[in-house]
Amino acid sequence: MTHSHDALDPPELTPTAKAELLAALARILPKEALLHETEDLRPYECDGLSAYRRLPLAVALPERVDQVQAILRLCHERRVPVVARGAGTGLSGGALPVSQGVLLSLAKLNQILEIDPERRIARVQPGVRNLAISQAVDHLGLYYAPDPSSQIACTIGGNVAENSGGVHCLKYGLTVHNIQRLELVTIDGELLTIGTEALDAPGYDLLALMTGSEGMLGVIVEITVKLTPKPERAQVILAAFDDVVTAGAAVGAIIAHGIIPAGLEMMDKLAIQAAEDFVHAGYPREAAAILLCELDGANAEVTEQILVVRRILTECGATEARTARDDAERLRFWAGRKNAFPAVGRISPDYYCMDGTIPRKRLPDVLKGIDDLSRAYGLPVANVFHAGDGNLHPLILYDANRPGELERTEELGGKILELCVEVGGTITGEHGVGMEKIDQMCVQFRAPELSQFHAVKAAFDPDGLLNPGKAVPTLHRCAELGAMHVHHGKLPFPELERF
Amino acid sequence: MTGRDCSEALQAQVREAIADRQPLCIRGGGTKDFLGRTPQGLPLALDQHAGIVNYEPTELVVTVRAGTRLGELEQALSERGQMLAFEPPSFGPAATIGGTIACNLSGPARPYAGAARDAVLGVKLLNGKGEILRFGGEVMKNVAGYDVSRLMVGAMGTLGVLLEVSIKVLPRPEHEITLTQPGLPAAAALERLHALARQPIPITAAAYCDDELRLRLGGTESGLAAARAVIAGEPMDAGEAAAFWLGLKNHQLPFFADQRPLWRLSVPVNLAPIPLAGEWLYDWGGAQRWIHSDAAPERLFEIAGQAGGHGTAFRNAADPDQVFQPLAPGIARLHRRLKQAFDPHGLLNPGRMYADL
Ligand SMILES: Cc1cc2nc3c(=O)[nH]c(=O)nc-3n(C[C@H](O)[C@H](O)[C@H](O)COP(=O)(O)OP(=O)(O)OC[C@H]3O[C@@H](n4cnc5c(N)ncnc54)[C@H](O)[C@@H]3O)c2cc1C
Repeated sequence: MTHSHDALDPPELTPTAKAELLAALARILPKEALLHETEDLRPYECDGLSAYRRLPLAVALPERVDQVQAILRLCHERRVPVVARGAGTGLSGGALPVSQGVLLSLAKLNQILEIDPERRIARVQPGVRNLAISQAVDHLGLYYAPDPSSQIACTIGGNVAENSGGVHCLKYGLTVHNIQRLELVTIDGELLTIGTEALDAPGYDLLALMTGSEGMLGVIVEITVKLTPKPERAQVILAAFDDVVTAGAAVGAIIAHGIIPAGLEMMDKLAIQAAEDFVHAGYPREAAAILLCELDGANAEVTEQILVVRRILTECGATEARTARDDAERLRFWAGRKNAFPAVGRISPDYYCMDGTIPRKRLPDVLKGIDDLSRAYGLPVANVFHAGDGNLHPLILYDANRPGELERTEELGGKILELCVEVGGTITGEHGVGMEKIDQMCVQFRAPELSQFHAVKAAFDPDGLLNPGKAVPTLHRCAELGAMHVHHGKLPFPELERF
Repeated sequence: MTGRDCSEALQAQVREAIADRQPLCIRGGGTKDFLGRTPQGLPLALDQHAGIVNYEPTELVVTVRAGTRLGELEQALSERGQMLAFEPPSFGPAATIGGTIACNLSGPARPYAGAARDAVLGVKLLNGKGEILRFGGEVMKNVAGYDVSRLMVGAMGTLGVLLEVSIKVLPRPEHEITLTQPGLPAAAALERLHALARQPIPITAAAYCDDELRLRLGGTESGLAAARAVIAGEPMDAGEAAAFWLGLKNHQLPFFADQRPLWRLSVPVNLAPIPLAGEWLYDWGGAQRWIHSDAAPERLFEIAGQAGGHGTAFRNAADPDQVFQPLAPGIARLHRRLKQAFDPHGLLNPGRMYADL
């Protein structure tokens, strides 16, 4: 991999120290819950960003909270780094192990502890899968609103750690808006309750601070999530456009009209075709872009809004606007979108998923910028995104077996993120910084802000044992990067329009 | 729009205070001086640091300087058919958006549209080292770095001086209607609220006082018609309804005239009526309960805490030191360390929230 990183590769433990650590862990965990043979460690060497791999010293699979506490206490005493892991579907290398550290899998803490329809909450362990919550409360007419495309596999603990979003977040909010309380184990093994059973808590908003903290501040061992009543009706419109910019403008027009759709997603030609080949969603293959607009609410209200949205889409130049005929077709339309990543995976040996967010009005500029960059680097880019909230997922298609192509891909990805920052956006909307975007953090933030982040980290984990080397770059690293830019004197591809 | 950017002058004042180790009392319009523990320190006035920096109705976001008057901001949004979804209370015309965000104050819409903290997308702040920092931004989704923006919401200025906030705004509902059901005992009212909460009904506020349950619904005309078909209650006159919700939000209903200590109990929504004698007012569908009480603060903290929530001596606190629910020891320790991380000299609103922050 192109990044060298001391925090992820600390000096090797002596054989005695290693043996002692394993023996101490073995006193906490049953045999089958502690892995340390190379072949057993393999499945944990990477997360969804498989270009980065490392074997941890050991994998711990606790089944109880007190075991988590004991493991953290032990690691704290011995100054051993700990990386928490849910399902490992993260796309930024957040759960990438540290080579001399313990990988702490929360997968076995997978119980739904309580469902309270009256309070509309569920209390769950961190290893519960996102979709499993909605399935468990389905019979009550409720669901858990944030629905990442990975919801079959990803855990709620991982969702909290990343502040994950989904296609319904435009109307129903992100993870941070849909949780109420956490149980957290700090690096010294203390169990803390964050938040209350009410709508707010005294003191600082630690719940917000924990959400999206990428396993850097503590290990989440219990989550109380808010449940939402299922709408009486949900309906989706599929609109086709013969160019991407027109489609982007239609997104703004819908919002400007005062309508907040339950979901508003966009896909470009490459993504449409890949998805169509994969799941046969019924997308128009010849379209340059499609928009999927979901409206939900009371039956009559949905009917009314569909008419309005269809009119707006047509006025904005849609070549076609199709309302799903029934629920089966609605789900098919969404299946195409939700399977867009794997679909693109079928047409290219490898793909690299980016996650910038931009102000919606800059969509046309940024799409053009991405297209220019894609040509300059000679790497195709498919675009799939949460258009309603300006969260882009450009997928760069590449072949890791071609020498140098991964490095070019990463460079192109970095350029796309810098473009997002330039137009007033951010390098990550929902996938997190992890290992992957650590250098772009130097572009988005200045030294005093990064120092403030480090101070926050130190308030929770003064020795820097939790997920070291992720999420926030050292000032030293940014200084080196800055010097490198100056050294080369100019940006690559200076002929490209910058804005 | 009146106001200008005073960031540099404010930064100079904070730096001077650091040099002199002079505590500062951050002040917007001063309408919330009553809230929290007693303000101390040299005043740091934010009211001149005002004005809307950027407002993009189609982006659903507004960026505004902290000293901007709440009323002025709401007016600007209203002209474009939008609003602050969290319906912030205003305790006087001088109330500023900075103070509102610093106190995380949210009105009757809170359970349905989120709190102030839910709407905040980014901040520009001055920390206790005199540095101007930016976190978050104007986009809806942003997970780069820790969520310092939301950490500032409700921190009552003890972690930083808010200079600018970017807030998500929403379109105003096309139509609103309030249904009332008088003559309902508290337990029955709560039960009705729970039954309704499980259904997809466009409730935007729910309050109970004087034996009367009031439900506000918002949405399209047909959406409201559909909801009315399944909800009991008499429609209220639109003007009267608006006056009621405004009075509730801004604490101007007759209920709030009482001069005894006013307690706010934030509790699980399904908590049965609390057996503490006195007149209760329920807002937030039962999750925020108000009572005037001379009972010992310890007693109210205990009631709220045991119920799974927390209490605040919101106005006229009997004991100016016992305003906010005491924090669990581990949580209190984290608070002190965070204070240290943002304000190492302890100069920003010291003691406003808890004695040691
Ligand atoms: C095909 C595909 C589609 C995706 N679609 C979306 C999408 O639509 N929206 C979206 O937001 N994301 C999406 N993702 C990304 C990913 O699924 C989310 O980030 C998810 O929340 C990660 O959950 P996980 O359980 O797999 O966490 P992991 O990958 O195991 O871990 C993620 C991070 O969380 C930390 N962590 C995990 N559990 C805990 C815990 N209990 N306590 C503390 N820290 C913890 C880890 O250390 C790591 O930093 C997608 C991924 C894939 C592969």
